[in-house]
Amino acid sequence: MNTVNLTQSYDAEFVHEVEAATGQVLATCYQCGNCTAGCPYTFVYDIPVSQVMRLLQAGQKETVLSCNSIWLCASCQSCTTRCPNNIEVAQIMDTLRHMARRKGFAKAQRPVRTFWDSFLASVRKHGRVFEMGTVAEYVMKTGRFWSDVDLGPKILPKGKLHFRPHDIQGKDEVARIFERFEKEFGPQSTQEASHAR
Amino acid sequence: MPAKVYAYYPGCSGLGSSKEYEQSTRAVLKALGLEVQEIPDWSCCGSTPAHTVDHRLSSALAGRNLAQAERMGDMAGVITPCPSCLTNLKNAAHHLHEPAFRAEVNKLLDRPINTVLPVKSVLQAIYEDVGPAAIKARVVRPLSSLKLAPYYGCIMNRPPHIMQFDHHEHPVAMDELMEAIGANVVQFPLKVECCGASYGVARNDIVMKLSGKLLDTAADRGANAMVTACPLCQMNLDLRQGQINSANRTRHRTPVFYFTQLLGLALGMSEKEVGLDMLSVDPAPALTAPVAVPAEATA
Ligand code: SF4
Ligand code: SF4
Repeated sequence: MNTVNLTQSYDAEFVHEVEAATGQVLATCYQCGNCTAGCPYTFVYDIPVSQVMRLLQAGQKETVLSCNSIWLCASCQSCTTRCPNNIEVAQIMDTLRHMARRKGFAKAQRPVRTFWDSFLASVRKHGRVFEMGTVAEYVMKTGRFWSDVDLGPKILPKGKLHFRPHDIQGKDEVARIFERFEKEFGPQSTQEASHAR
Repeated sequence: MPAKVYAYYPGCSGLGSSKEYEQSTRAVLKALGLEVQEIPDWSCCGSTPAHTVDHRLSSALAGRNLAQAERMGDMAGVITPCPSCLTNLKNAAHHLHEPAFRAEVNKLLDRPINTVLPVKSVLQAIYEDVGPAAIKARVVRPLSSLKLAPYYGCIMNRPPHIMQFDHHEHPVAMDELMEAIGANVVQFPLKVECCGASYGVARNDIVMKLSGKLLDTAADRGANAMVTACPLCQMNLDLRQGQINSANRTRHRTPVFYFTQLLGLALGMSEKEVGLDMLSVDPAPALTAPVAVPAEATA
């Protein structure tokens, strides 16, 4: 593992911020590695989850907020469930994504984030998620041709994909949830971080 | 005494990719006498994407539905078939009990939440309110040709302090319901492992690996089918099974049922009624497989 120079890079404010946002005490992690052992995503992580915890203790804001792992965590809750110190590790991972978005660190794993954001854009517009629209927007934003074209013939005859959204009556009400949220907490929070910088 | 009625939250996938789950769920609830009323004009719970943005946002999206349910009158609680919706509704309900958090969420809503109804999965409602014994007594078509790997997915029971149902490492509710309808349930050690979640579009490689491992293990355990309670898990394992086979050079042909489809069949419903025709991998061979006579100890 890399050596971290603490005298130069320890960010105390960041540590407090993570603790305040999650209600967790980072110092209680004693690095047993249970969370990493149970994490099904370690094979795609650049930093295993127990090391994220260690780097948090060491106040390594930039390293943690710009890593791939926080965007690949599936919130499967294995880490939280198995932590002997009852640390809500998955919630910490979630909170790190929030911070990365707000602070403009969210650059890694853009396709994943774009897919999630396309999903939310669909909810904001229709009140419910419109599966075809989400995929179309994802393809447009990433320029990636839909990798699942082979699935079309399997779903279409079964009437599972709709080409029209299911708008609900209260869709404006749902759109207002997003508007109020952005007013209160900043527009960058629901958009691509690159625009916010 | 007024009958116990649940407010029903179908979830967006029930309108599309998991139609057969929605259809069989409604049919089975009705057959078992569990009364539900759909939440009027329900909206999306925000699924995974909302909680990657902010917990207040995701709780407001889920919360609008809790508020709609609250206004339906005397409901016994909210039930949903989808574990992802369940997670959001339950997390919201859990945190809305904190007054400061509720105040912040209410600021985002047109109409505030006052009373938070209890939230359960359809699986929990069927397991607790009807139970395996009562179901066993009503079986008209025992599904004894099935050897099932019961797959619960990662978030149905975790984290335990929020989900508060069954066991977080070794859940048994679905196993027991499946045994009640005459199916054979294999020991499946990956019951609560992750299938790759919503990464099918953006990081297909993840689903190929994780769902591939689930299919491999089910086959190793001698299962001729899998049974799930989750639209995302079902889609990854069934619809993407061809992709998984090509990526991993395997040849699985494992049907992946929703537990409600199998309950419905056992209770005498038609294959059409429970939407068997909407599965990708043909379920017929597993449903008609010769029943293995249990090998007695011959030594
Ligand atoms: S399981 Fe808990 S204590 Fe162990 S390394 Fe992970 S966070 Fe730290
Ligand atoms: S919740 Fe995230 S970090 Fe924790 S085990 Fe699951 S994927 Fe890994």
